[in-house]
Amino acid sequence: MSEAIVTTKNITKLYPGTVALDNVDFDLHSGEVHILFGENGAGKSTLISMLAGSNSPSSGTLTIDGKLVNFSSVADAQAHGVYTVFQEFSLIPTMNVAQNLFLGREPKNGIFINYKLMKSKSQAILHDLGFDIDPTKTVSSLSRAEQQMVEIAKALMGDVKVLILDEPTASLTDREVDHLFDFILDLKKKGVGIIYISHRMQEFDRIGDRITILRDGAKIGTVNVKDTNEEQLVEMMTGRNITGIYPEIKTDFGEEILNVSNLNAIGVNNVSFSIKAGEVLGIAGLVGSGKSRLCRIIMGLGTAFSGEISFKGKSISNLSTREIMKTGIYYLSPDRKTEGLDLARSPIANLEINLVMDNIAKGKKFLNWKDIKAKAHDISDHIELNDDYRKKLVSQLSGGNQQKVLFGKCFAQDADLIIFDEPTVGVDMGTRSALYQMIKQLAEDGKAIIIISSDLPEVMNLSHRLLVMNKGRLAITLDKSEISEDIILKHFFEESN
Amino acid sequence: MSSTTKTMTEDKPKNIGYWFKQTFIRVGVLPFFLAIALIVFTILSNKFFTGQNLMNVARQSVYLVLVSMGQMMALIAGGFDLSVGTSIALSSVFSAIVMVFCAALFPDAIWFAILLGVLAGFSVAIILGIINGIGVSYFEVSPFIMTLGVSSVGAGFALFMTGGIPVSGLPYAFGDTFGFGRWFGIPAPVIIAIICIIFMWTLMTKTAFGAKLYAVGGNIKAAHLSAINTKKTLMLAYVICAAIAALTGLLLTARVESGEANLGGTIALESIAACVIAGVSLRGGIGRVENVVLGGFFIVLVQNGMNLAQISSYMQMVLLGMLLILAVIFDQIRYRLIMSGQ
Repeated sequence: MSEAIVTTKNITKLYPGTVALDNVDFDLHSGEVHILFGENGAGKSTLISMLAGSNSPSSGTLTIDGKLVNFSSVADAQAHGVYTVFQEFSLIPTMNVAQNLFLGREPKNGIFINYKLMKSKSQAILHDLGFDIDPTKTVSSLSRAEQQMVEIAKALMGDVKVLILDEPTASLTDREVDHLFDFILDLKKKGVGIIYISHRMQEFDRIGDRITILRDGAKIGTVNVKDTNEEQLVEMMTGRNITGIYPEIKTDFGEEILNVSNLNAIGVNNVSFSIKAGEVLGIAGLVGSGKSRLCRIIMGLGTAFSGEISFKGKSISNLSTREIMKTGIYYLSPDRKTEGLDLARSPIANLEINLVMDNIAKGKKFLNWKDIKAKAHDISDHIELNDDYRKKLVSQLSGGNQQKVLFGKCFAQDADLIIFDEPTVGVDMGTRSALYQMIKQLAEDGKAIIIISSDLPEVMNLSHRLLVMNKGRLAITLDKSEISEDIILKHFFEESN
Repeated sequence: MSSTTKTMTEDKPKNIGYWFKQTFIRVGVLPFFLAIALIVFTILSNKFFTGQNLMNVARQSVYLVLVSMGQMMALIAGGFDLSVGTSIALSSVFSAIVMVFCAALFPDAIWFAILLGVLAGFSVAIILGIINGIGVSYFEVSPFIMTLGVSSVGAGFALFMTGGIPVSGLPYAFGDTFGFGRWFGIPAPVIIAIICIIFMWTLMTKTAFGAKLYAVGGNIKAAHLSAINTKKTLMLAYVICAAIAALTGLLLTARVESGEANLGGTIALESIAACVIAGVSLRGGIGRVENVVLGGFFIVLVQNGMNLAQISSYMQMVLLGMLLILAVIFDQIRYRLIMSGQ
């Protein structure tokens, strides 16, 4: 194999009270895709933040092309040819795509910016990448996936020696993923070294050469993609053998509770379905298939053109979100940070507000704060939130623990139907299995559950019934016995007439 | 190797820098500012740190403390209210006009006239609050523009009503009772302020409204998805803020014994400063009544200290502005520390 372009030795990062990275040795060769794999909080992000120049190690060394370096900033790292596409976007939403791509390096005509050249160059770059984006469009008008593509294009503008991609496919459709992978393989041929972070094990075979597994800040090992398999990777990642992560949920249905008929809206095309008490209904589909939008319309968070939604026999089509919740539906947002939690307060305070609303809904005029506090702690016990975390701020918790708090909210506010929109996004395996247990318990307590998820194994294994959506339509409804990956994928991509 | 690094980091929390940082994150910059102010002014003037003077400060700070509690509501809701000064001016002018008019109409029922005047003062301020609230919550106008606009409208109105001349001839009983009166040997404004503080503390910590307001300010989308009526909650915050400003306006009117359109000139700035120093976040969702009371007291304490140290009033404006900016910078740093999860 060729020479290593990036080498870290004994790299360590300390934060007050935690060791984020513990003596990690890592190396990347030119023309190689090296995958970093691990649970949330394993240290992947910390490691790449140091390679990207946005963070500096407490100890240890970083070598690029045989030379010892000490990055002082992201720009410094880029000057050494190390470019990073972070999960958090660095685009300016009010500017257009071309302006973003050339931000700080605009082509000029004398002292004036040459917009024409900028536009044509941008077009060429996007075309080469196979990204179908108009460079004159404002970034804020693009979908998340499109913004991700612009972000990637931006990183590839410079003289790239090392490209770091942090979960680049998380919000891309499969077609876009194919383009991206073709491009990555192209870069490999040109001798660029690529560090690739992803949770999606099915991607590894397609593009990966080696995989380094991190756990609790320490390196567990580096393996060749050819010589490993998914079980081994999961075991290395979690340190335990995870089988039966998906619980068996009893099939004991009650009355029909929600009925949606002929619902039409932007991105939702004539959808009808119903769900019974105690039933777990999964909804699968690609990004943009309308699966999330459908449920947001049920919750009154979007407008329907036509159709009827009834809950417990009464129409809720024209009610506000607040009124819909009062009838007994609870919705867990896919975005815990912007829509789910109050980050600057404690988990207990976050749960209390739902308990207060529950009290009000039950007609209690005076609040018993002792009781509310005690209940908030009971729920914290129930969601297995460590005592130490309860008084901390939610912003200080890991993604998994934040998600537990979000789940806690639906235990605090009584509901008969609970809609989980991407319930385990960015959550590690260990926490996932705890969250699945909670879903099982809610269902077996007689609550109707809707799970919208881009994680196929999750919806396939938890659902009693699975709806597959494709371009706003309901492509197929599968009973538990009929659920298989082949059928689902077939309906994901099937072109509608 | 790994075990040694772990013990090293676990020992760290015990040092004094860590303690300072945690205190700063929890309560903000106020304890540090208060300590510095007490030390500096005690050195500068020997009259400063006396029971007599501190009592004086407590009495003078009543007005700012009240307004700051109202301002806190708007700040916790994620906005602010620049029109508190106007609410004071309008309630002063209106209550005075109504009082003078009614006292002439019913000379035998002075307290009835006072009651009508007080109601008029509250009503006009509450109308301002409702306008602010409707603009901010239902039309989603930025609180800055909304309250700045309302402030101009209200101030213009107050000046127009009076022609810029103080409304005099208030019933003596009004000033004697609420301006200079003593109940149980304690100045009436202080007692009213204490009642108001207890009310506000209860409102914010014990009632559903308080819980909802914190939730709305902390993350309005999350609050919406918890079935909270976010618009009504926001609206009420501005109404309560205006009502407390009106109460302050009435107390000041009683103190100066006339209705004046120029009351409350700098109080918007001072009340925001008091709140931010007391750890109320400019991003909403964070703030405690007891700290804000101390914050208002602190601002008046600094003004008193500067007076005793014979700092000119022009220079005081400079220092007060700098204090506010400093407090906001510390708020920024604190927010960053909170959000970075340390």
